Amino acid sequence: MPLTARGSKTDGHVQWLPSAGGWVLQLRHDWRDYAPAKAQAAPTTLTQGTITVDVAQLAAWDANLTSSLWALLGPLAQRGLALDISALPDELRAPLHLALQAQSQPLEPVRPAAELSVMGVIRESLRWDDLCLTLAFVGELLLSIGRLRQKPHVFRWADLLHQMDEMGPRSVPIVALTTFLVGLMLAYMSGAQLDRIGAPNLIADVVTVGVVRELAALMTGVILAGRIGGAIAAELGSMTVNEEIDALRSLGIDPMVHLALPRLFGMLLTAPFLIAFAMVVGVLAGIPAVTLVYGISLPDYLNNSLLALNWTHLWIGLFKGTMYTLLVVIAGCREGFYAQHNAQAIGLATTRAVVKALVWMVMAACASTVVFQSLGL
Amino acid sequence: MTSLLRVEDLSMGWGERVISRGLSFEVRRGEIFVIMGASGCGKSTLMRHLVGLERPIKGHVFFEDSDLHQGEPQALDVLRRRFGVMFQHGALWSSMTVGENLLLPLRLFSQLSTAAMVQVAEFKLALVGLQGSYDAMPATLSGGMIKRVAIARSLVLNPDVLCLDEPASGLDPVNAARLDELILALREHLGTTVVLVTHSVESIFAVADRALYLDDQLKTMTAIDTPQALLAHGPERVREFLQHAPQKP
Repeated sequence: MPLTARGSKTDGHVQWLPSAGGWVLQLRHDWRDYAPAKAQAAPTTLTQGTITVDVAQLAAWDANLTSSLWALLGPLAQRGLALDISALPDELRAPLHLALQAQSQPLEPVRPAAELSVMGVIRESLRWDDLCLTLAFVGELLLSIGRLRQKPHVFRWADLLHQMDEMGPRSVPIVALTTFLVGLMLAYMSGAQLDRIGAPNLIADVVTVGVVRELAALMTGVILAGRIGGAIAAELGSMTVNEEIDALRSLGIDPMVHLALPRLFGMLLTAPFLIAFAMVVGVLAGIPAVTLVYGISLPDYLNNSLLALNWTHLWIGLFKGTMYTLLVVIAGCREGFYAQHNAQAIGLATTRAVVKALVWMVMAACASTVVFQSLGL
Repeated sequence: MTSLLRVEDLSMGWGERVISRGLSFEVRRGEIFVIMGASGCGKSTLMRHLVGLERPIKGHVFFEDSDLHQGEPQALDVLRRRFGVMFQHGALWSSMTVGENLLLPLRLFSQLSTAAMVQVAEFKLALVGLQGSYDAMPATLSGGMIKRVAIARSLVLNPDVLCLDEPASGLDPVNAARLDELILALREHLGTTVVLVTHSVESIFAVADRALYLDDQLKTMTAIDTPQALLAHGPERVREFLQHAPQKP
């Protein structure tokens, strides 16, 4: 009795018949301009024996029959079943034989598709194995600081200066612009609310504490994530793809000491100044709003700002900002060093570095705010 | 000839995927030893194991009597400097000039004065026929020149073994033949042992003293001998591989 193909849409063109030692794939009717539906593929119970193709009842066919047969028989060849296609006309048998031969070769394991979407990167960065890899990288980075004492000659001082230039002076304009606009916006919006309760003189407190304690650090971190984190990942990723890092390792040069530490130290040395600069710009950005819109004099605003400011706000802001910028360097270096060896890798590493730095920064901001508040700071 | 590199029962792979297993052979001092096989059989991976860039799943690689994958990382770093490695695409440090590419290892690992280091770098460039390219950036060089600079850089610390990964890939036949001549000249004049990874049958017959065949289907080495002996008496797949050399007019 013929086996029913999967599903019920058997239109009679394909019949799977049991035979001695195997199965017969019987092709029937007119196959011109016809392609079998998936429902007509081999039943899943068909796992062993020889498949013989029978064309005795085939009324008419064209060259497309080869691809239809390949679609039917290819999966069976993959499963290791023997195929007898000797009954097919020569024009069909030769190309089908070639395709089935290629199909039967073992395939290389497929690498999982890399996540390029932002949500994909976020999901990936929260996976346990990715976190473990990141922790291992941070550990390696810390150990490399110890190794630096053993081989200080491997450290590139010129690279450190170059990185400080990139991270510091060259980042000043964009940091100034963004913190100025954020400071202005904060002053304007907080003024609108405080004015309603008759306390516009508190605008200076809100702007100063908000900018110094949170926003200057966060905005600097965000800007450096895009400007520096992405650049680090692209640069190191490109070196990984081009085997330049392997070339260093082949000479016994520690890539962490040679490439990662100048970037880490460059950021550590530059970030506090950049954050302090952002704080000043952010606070001064409130001046146009309070003087022009809310009628507060400049001396009053500056005086209130200084009264609102204390050392705790200042060092918390500097601490947070430095922490964010270190996360930027770690994300950039981690993604660059672990980039895959293909053309897509550099773009992927850059995207991952920026997104991961932002995600880590937001998480660090939340955690540090809770910790500092609970400590009464 | 004495043995310089010795491989014992090496298995290599990534994670659970084994690329090749059961590899045992030795590379003799002063010979040109070729690792050959079809694309994807693990030739470059084997070379990376030979120079200590990858850890094997199983087995050992000995340089003289030192196991490359045992001992302290610092000791491995010292051993690595006795290898000169040319990667498949040159792997020149793109942010540095040609001269700086050669100077970096000298600055880090030699006690020479700056003037002497520059002289060494220029001499090595002259050895590969690229005198005058000291100040050029890698991006301005042709594929063949990049490979020559990479060979010059790999020679800069006077290594005992020169490991070349597909030096002829991507080159026209004329430049590929010139690289073969360069490899022979380096062995003849500097006495350097050369491990050459290639699937270029022309190069194999032009330079190899002995060749090892890595079989991509059996995932192991199936033959090791002179190319002529392999062509005459080697296993069928090796003979088939070696018979595909383009005919010279």
